[in-house]
Amino acid sequence: MLRRYSVHLILATLGGLVVYLAYNEYLGLYYLSVLMFMGVNIILSSSLNLVNGYMGEFSCGHAGFMCVGAYVASVLGVWLFARDRVFGAPVLDPEYALYAFPVIILAGGIAAALAGLLVAFPSYKTRGDYLAIITIAANYIIISAIENMSAIGGSRGFMGMKGVINAMEDTIYLPWMPIWVFIFTIFSVWVIRRYVSSTFGKGVNAISQDEVAAEIMSVNTNKIKTITFMLSSGLAGIGGGLFAYILGYVNPGSFNILKSTEIMVMVYLGGMGSLSGSILAAILFTILLELLRPLQIIKWIVIPLVLIILMQFRPEGIMGNRELGQTFPRLKKFYRFK
Amino acid sequence: MQQVQQQTTSDPILEIRGLTQNFGGLRAVSDFNVTLAGKQLTGLIGPNGAGKTTVFNLVSGFYQPSEGQILVDGVPTAGLKPHKVTALGVARTFQNIRLWNDMSVMDNIRVAQHYRLGYGFFHSAVRSKRYRQREEEIAREATELLEIFELKKYADEYPRNLPYGTQRKLEIARALSIHPKLLLLDEPAAGLNSSDIHELIRLIRWIHDRFDVTIWMIEHHMDVMMELCTHIKVIDFGQTIAEGTPDDIRNHPAVVTAYLGDDKI
Repeated sequence: MLRRYSVHLILATLGGLVVYLAYNEYLGLYYLSVLMFMGVNIILSSSLNLVNGYMGEFSCGHAGFMCVGAYVASVLGVWLFARDRVFGAPVLDPEYALYAFPVIILAGGIAAALAGLLVAFPSYKTRGDYLAIITIAANYIIISAIENMSAIGGSRGFMGMKGVINAMEDTIYLPWMPIWVFIFTIFSVWVIRRYVSSTFGKGVNAISQDEVAAEIMSVNTNKIKTITFMLSSGLAGIGGGLFAYILGYVNPGSFNILKSTEIMVMVYLGGMGSLSGSILAAILFTILLELLRPLQIIKWIVIPLVLIILMQFRPEGIMGNRELGQTFPRLKKFYRFK
Repeated sequence: MQQVQQQTTSDPILEIRGLTQNFGGLRAVSDFNVTLAGKQLTGLIGPNGAGKTTVFNLVSGFYQPSEGQILVDGVPTAGLKPHKVTALGVARTFQNIRLWNDMSVMDNIRVAQHYRLGYGFFHSAVRSKRYRQREEEIAREATELLEIFELKKYADEYPRNLPYGTQRKLEIARALSIHPKLLLLDEPAAGLNSSDIHELIRLIRWIHDRFDVTIWMIEHHMDVMMELCTHIKVIDFGQTIAEGTPDDIRNHPAVVTAYLGDDKI
């Protein structure tokens, strides 16, 4: 009984604690935003792991899909619920912002999933290094397209998302952003976990290990690839939307190849094909980034150095391609996660 | 337009008419014809590079034929993707074992039931009733299959940790989890030692007796072919040079020439 609900219990306690601390302002804005970025990073690294780890492809354009989600969610939210220079008065009553917010974030995710087709279709015929180049191209296409849309700010960026958050807080006063980030983080991990542990989703693993055998053994490889790329980029879009609302400002430059690399570092740090590894790595990496903040630009010397050391001494990442329950079988007595 | 078929047991499971495959200027298979009725155990032999595996790749939909027609259980396979051809009931093994090495033996068997999962992404995400029901059935079927193949004890093992002979056996078991009408075995005895080969012969005979399946196999070990097959077809340079019972083949002059060469200089 306890084993069955222990994960739910821990998550509820954790979420409740963060919300409580944030509500009473025991937790400073800085720590709160670090926690929120942790959540976003978990979404990003676990969704990229779906492609780079489980499917064995090499996507280096994850930030591009994040960008689509961020822009769609931001523009939609601001257009509907906030007063803005470009769009003028809100289209809907700001009272509804609270209820519409998850829909807006999901809309960003769906738009990003559609953008994921940009990579999914070429993946039918190409793989490996060649597909990696296509993903980089996709990342550039997305950024450049947005840079050239002057209506939403072009390369100067887009803001006004604070208005939507204020509208939510006017309706019911709660720290909404941490709550949504928390919910969407759990949602993402949950969807990925369920997908890859089903027989249907194991087709992803089969493609990674031997695509020819997968196709011959009746796995519809093109369908699985499409679903996997769309799911991965869709979740990245959700992460991007949350990222935009946390910062209150987005510009295309923050979704360039450097951001993609950052997500990739998290995946490789955690271990390919290990969901718990990705989560762990996202948490560690966020903390590491904050600890190194005083170093400013030098941190981009330290972090790649960490990567070099990691690849030298533990190329399989923290968890290898195992899950927490496989590494510590005793833990299984205490939890069940599906 | 599909013809209405009179379904009888003697209807051919596989019918190949005038099959030709060109790779650039090379004609790998030329005007190949074969008709396999239900429950037969047929062999395909020929010297290296004769085009045997190409024929199998064509049947399993991996290549689209340049000319000719392939009908599986009366259905033309032209234009079908390999997974669709497999769903028609064509399973195969590979010359070099192609198991999914980082998936447990159990999962190898489970994933090969992909075409009849009956649920998709949405069901797997919400863990619907249909999902739970199907997963249970899939697991049960896989367990049964592992049991009758005496592989149950390896269920959680990774294939790469198994002995070579057991890997061969697992690959055949995986092919059978397709519920095939036609099973293509591409050199199942390759790389096996003589005691393994004996076991393989027993295994194939047992599969042929127990499952309702037509078996078509490529093999270089003549003793395997002579012992198992009722009918053998010999090809060389993509062309059929002989066919008949094992005894006919053994002494057929064209076969002897193809394998041992001409004595004319």
